[in-house]
Amino acid sequence: MIEFHLDGRSGISPYLQIVQQVRQAMRLGLLTAGDQLPTVKDVVARVAINPNTVLKAYRELEHEGLVAARQGVGTFVTATLTDESLAAHEPLRKELAAWIDRAREAGLDTESIEALFTSTFRSLIEESA
Amino acid sequence: MTSTVLKAGGLTKRYGRRTALADCTLTLPAGRVVGLVGPNGAGKTTLLHLAVGLLAPSAGTIEVLGRRPAADADQLARVGFVAQDAPVYAALTVGDHLRLGAHTNPRWDQRLASERVRALRLDPAQKAGRLSGGQRAQLALTLAIAKRPDLLVLDEPVASLDPLARREFLQGLMAFIAEHDASVILSSHLVSDLERVCDHLVVLVDSHVRVAGDVDDLLAAHHRLVAPRAAAAELPPGLEVIEQSHTDRQSTLVVRGDAPADPAVVVEQIGLEDLVLAYLSQGAATPDPVLEVTR
Repeated sequence: MIEFHLDGRSGISPYLQIVQQVRQAMRLGLLTAGDQLPTVKDVVARVAINPNTVLKAYRELEHEGLVAARQGVGTFVTATLTDESLAAHEPLRKELAAWIDRAREAGLDTESIEALFTSTFRSLIEESA
Repeated sequence: MTSTVLKAGGLTKRYGRRTALADCTLTLPAGRVVGLVGPNGAGKTTLLHLAVGLLAPSAGTIEVLGRRPAADADQLARVGFVAQDAPVYAALTVGDHLRLGAHTNPRWDQRLASERVRALRLDPAQKAGRLSGGQRAQLALTLAIAKRPDLLVLDEPVASLDPLARREFLQGLMAFIAEHDASVILSSHLVSDLERVCDHLVVLVDSHVRVAGDVDDLLAAHHRLVAPRAAAAELPPGLEVIEQSHTDRQSTLVVRGDAPADPAVVVEQIGLEDLVLAYLSQGAATPDPVLEVTR
C-alpha cells in the first residue's frame, strides 16, 4: 500500500498529483499488478481533499488501463510498468543529454533550454491529448 | 435526494437600511462540497443563516433540499449546521452533548458519534468549556454529522483554528462525506482553506454573488493573459475582462472566455486563489457607494 502526499505550491492539480504518484510508484516497482490502492476514505482522511478528486484520479488511471475497480472491495493495480520502461530510461536520458549539449553549443542559456523543452513538451502532449 | 441542494431567486436580506445580501440568484448542485468565499462582511453568514432558516428573506425565494428552510421537523433533521466559532455548551460535558444530540435528533447515529469521539480522543467527562478551539470545532462537527444530515452547512469552520487543527477538521469532514452521501456548504474568507476540499465555488463580494460554478469549469474558463498593450487593447469580443493591470508597454489581464489565438498574447493557466482574488479586486475597483457608506 502506498500513501499520497500533496504539494499545494506545485501548481499541479491535486487529482493529477495522485495520478502521477501512482504511475511513479508503478514505475519504481512499489506497486505491481494485484496491489490495492488506498481507499477513497483513507486518502481523504489523510490528505484532507475532496473525495471526488480521488475518484477522478482513480477513474483516469482506470481509463489508462493501469488499475481496475472491484465493486465494494477497492481499486487494484492491473498492470506492471517497471520492466520495459525502466530499461528504456538510460538510453533516453543519454539522448536527452546529447540534445542539451547541442542546445548549449548553439548558444542557448539554461533558461532558454528549459523554456524550449517545456513548450515543445506541452504542445506535443496537448496534440496527443 | 434532489439534484439541487439550494436554489435561490432574487434572494435579498436587509437589516434596516443596510443590505446584507442583494438579489442573489443561485443554484447549487447536490453531492458537492460548495465553498462560499468572500471578504468579511460580504454576506456569507447572512446567506448561510437564510439557508438554515435562522433568518427570513426580505425579498426573493430560497429553497433547500426542495423545501423552505426550517419548514418543519423533518426539514430541520435533514440539515446540519455549525455556526461560526463552533458554539458548544461550556458547562456541559462532551458526553452530555452526545446525549443531547441523541434526544433531539430523530436520525441520530450514536455509533458514528461515539466512534468519532473515541478517534478524536475526547474525554466524555470533560466540560466542553475547557476544550481547545480545535477540539470544540471537532465536537460541533461530530454533533452536526451524527444527525446524519443530507446537507451540512458550516460557517467559517476553520477560521479560528491553528494549521494542524484545521487539517484535522477537514480530514474528519472529508472522511464523513466519502462514506455518506451528504452535500456540504462551507464558508471561508480564505480560498487556500477551501482549495483542496471544494469542488464548487461561490464568490460573494459586497453582498452580491460575483461568480459561481464547478471549480474545474471555472479553472477551464479563465485565463491570465500577458500581452503588449496594443494587443491587449484589441482583444476579441466575448472575452470578459475580470481584472487588468497595465504598464506603459505591457498588460496583464484575467479573462473569462476562450483564449485568443493572437501569437503576441501569452496565455497562462490561472490557479483558484488568483481567480478568486481577481473577482475580489474587481469588486474593489467598482465599489458600490451605498454599501461603502454602510460598511
